[in-house]
Amino acid sequence: MRQLCKGNVAVVKAAIMAGCRFFFGYPITPASEIAEYAALLIPQVGGTFVQAESEVSAINMVYGASSAGKRVMTASSGPGISLMQEGISYLAGAELPCVIAEVMRSGPGLGNIAPEQSDYFAMTKGGGHGCYRNIVLAPSSVQEMASLTLLAFELADKYRNPAVLLADGFVGQMMEPLELELVEAALPEKPWAVKGNLETRPNLICSIHLTPDAMEAHVRHLEEKYKQCERDEARWETYLTEDAEVLLVGYGIVSRVLRSTVDLARQQGVKVGLFRPISLWPFPSKALVETARRTAKVMVFELSTGQMVEDVRLALGGSKPVEFYSRVGGNVPSAEECKAELFARMEVSV
Amino acid sequence: MSEYKLVHGRSPVFYKRFERKEENQHQTHYCPGCGHGVTHKMIAEALDELGLQDRTIMVSPVGCSVFAYYYFDTGNVQAAHGRASAVATGLKRANPGAIVISYQGDGDLAAIGTAEIIHAANRGENITVFFLNNATYGMTGGQMAPTTLVGQVSTTTPWGRRPNNEGGPIKMAELISTLDAPVYVERVALSDSKHIIQARRAVKKALELQKQGAGFTMVEILSPCPTTLKMEPKMARRWVGETLAKEFPLGVFRDRKRVFEPISVPQASLAEVLGIDGKSVTKEEGHVRRKHTRATTLKIAGFGGQGILLLGQLIAETGMREHMEVSWLPSYGPEMRSGSAHCHVTLSPERIGSPMVSHPDILVAMNEPSLRKFGAQVKPGGTILYNGRSLPEDLHFDGVTVACVPASAIADQIGSTKVANIVMLGALLEATDCLPFTTAQEVLSSLAKNPELTEKDERALEEGRNYLDTEVMVGAQAGPDGCGE
Ligand SMILES: Cc1ncc(C[n+]2csc(CCOP(=O)(O)OP(=O)(O)O)c2C)c(N)n1
Repeated sequence: MRQLCKGNVAVVKAAIMAGCRFFFGYPITPASEIAEYAALLIPQVGGTFVQAESEVSAINMVYGASSAGKRVMTASSGPGISLMQEGISYLAGAELPCVIAEVMRSGPGLGNIAPEQSDYFAMTKGGGHGCYRNIVLAPSSVQEMASLTLLAFELADKYRNPAVLLADGFVGQMMEPLELELVEAALPEKPWAVKGNLETRPNLICSIHLTPDAMEAHVRHLEEKYKQCERDEARWETYLTEDAEVLLVGYGIVSRVLRSTVDLARQQGVKVGLFRPISLWPFPSKALVETARRTAKVMVFELSTGQMVEDVRLALGGSKPVEFYSRVGGNVPSAEECKAELFARMEVSV
Repeated sequence: MSEYKLVHGRSPVFYKRFERKEENQHQTHYCPGCGHGVTHKMIAEALDELGLQDRTIMVSPVGCSVFAYYYFDTGNVQAAHGRASAVATGLKRANPGAIVISYQGDGDLAAIGTAEIIHAANRGENITVFFLNNATYGMTGGQMAPTTLVGQVSTTTPWGRRPNNEGGPIKMAELISTLDAPVYVERVALSDSKHIIQARRAVKKALELQKQGAGFTMVEILSPCPTTLKMEPKMARRWVGETLAKEFPLGVFRDRKRVFEPISVPQASLAEVLGIDGKSVTKEEGHVRRKHTRATTLKIAGFGGQGILLLGQLIAETGMREHMEVSWLPSYGPEMRSGSAHCHVTLSPERIGSPMVSHPDILVAMNEPSLRKFGAQVKPGGTILYNGRSLPEDLHFDGVTVACVPASAIADQIGSTKVANIVMLGALLEATDCLPFTTAQEVLSSLAKNPELTEKDERALEEGRNYLDTEVMVGAQAGPDGCGE
């Protein structure tokens, strides 16, 4: 049974399916519906919603509930995410799982509330201090807002690390059919948690390792986890890449536009295909190289002045020319605009 | 004083050996004469006396007491600088049965963590805060704290704290006591045995209250830091009693029961909250549906408050029940709140690429500015529905069908301006045939909550349809590109 659902609302419903009963947040457009629906729905199934006094507090409440072994999440957008970065670093350092939904808006500063993809660096490269990574998933539809939220909870627990759902204003605000099943996730055991009982009394949640040797061992341990994650968790989707001469690359809302661009171009006999990273970290580098092998050129489209494109170039290592087209400020290019730009770079005259 | 037995030797709430320490595992890392050690001891003894060891979670802050977890044989969580009471909030909410202690210094609680402590107290979190006020930043080597006294020299107030530059000391016990929720707030001092006994009593009382689930409790403990004061321990204790306690008066600032009427939340089944209980949505299955072969794109625009976004949702919902893929993309935020609103709707038999519609098959213009803004974008062969009796004289659209429907006027006759969008929906279904009327009717009746409005909605839908039945459309008569069969 399908329901017409907003992207932001789908996140909350999926979180509930994932067994998340704790939400700590602070309102910010275009992510606010996540907090609003968490406030509405989570207490009705016996859970807890607290509107924190700031994103700084929200992420630290998440830290507390995660220490207790609970599935917990928060949501925000650019400015709020900046405030959460300290807490995210602590969560990664203390190996605490949690899910953070970011619905990106334009920046820097207050910017505006229209969609951008300018927090790619902040989320995939680690916007806080220290050597850590977030697991970052990029939904491009309402259904994926739900399915990737579920996956984010799983991966967060599997790797004991924050997992980020990195959406943009359009995917968050959009309504599409959503199909949910009435299954509740099996919650994993967390013997490391601190629950206020005899069994967990010996447990300690912390990120401080005073001596250089102890700290190095800890950082290496995290590094090992991240390597495994890079090996096992890359996700992507391709569309009509078999015979493509140019490979378009984009994620989130941009990938939706590019799918239409591919159709438009092919209607005119120009063979292009689409590569859509679903996990932004780990970035699906291998798959991209493999897919791009048959194409002459790669063209990246992004709502930033060039963030993901760096990972594309890094993956391809100069083996293919990489073109880049960007719109920012909340402007999202139409499929026609992307096609025109593509044809100009391919020197196709139509 | 029989309830306070004097304990010599180590409390069982402390580890026998401090194995988390790198070296000197038999002694603490605190300097001789430091108030943290005494405070730890008071807490450990109170936990033991109250039988709370297994249930306790100690949140250590950033500051000299960052290593509280070296010593307390309880559950331990270390927090970022200033965030201990937010972390404690998360811990307590997740473990209501636990005894959660937020142990914080003055820099941690009264400077960087001011917001966290005020709001944890204001929510009445059922936690206990032990606030160690030593009027200095011990950990980082004696910089000014928010509680440093006027004139007191520190490494960042080399001429003494200047009220004209740094303001004066913050009195947290008093501040917290201005809030409604806290149940117990007391300030004590570690200046001499008499006061230490009083401090022990306060520490135990706070924990006992938490055990009873009474609410937020805080004990502010004036404490010596001989190292940064550059004093002998004895002198430092005396300074606490004679100088610090003068600025920060000792005593009970709050001791009362919290009375409030809780507001309860109705409980629902998982299926209900997920919206898959079958109540809110009628089944897509079981109806004979028309086969939709082509995509239709719509732009709907007008003033905020005209039900523009809802009209788009109704169309999308109708399309979904017709087994189509649908997307609805709104203009959002301040734009929505002020003047104009618009949304993009795509109905398609296949997976939808871009949900943005730059050249719609159908434009619904609920006001003149929208018509002027978007009219020219409509695809050749497409349709414009305009909320008015006729087009403004200067406007012409070639190659598209234009239907003028005075939806607002019709809605007024029905008795609710609000249903103008539904009048337009009726007209749209009649003009374009892109979705079946009966499915739209079903959607309307299943989504409406107020029966009185439902009746008006149904009339509006009907009248919108009838209006176009009787009125002649302007322009090309062919159906718009991409609609139905
Ligand atoms: C965000 C951040 N800023 C600054 C510091 C450095 N720092 C560590 S402890 C401390 C002061 C602690 O003072 P207080 O809370 O009074 O505790 P005390 O050491 O006196 O017990 C500071 C500023 C830090 N760890 N984190």
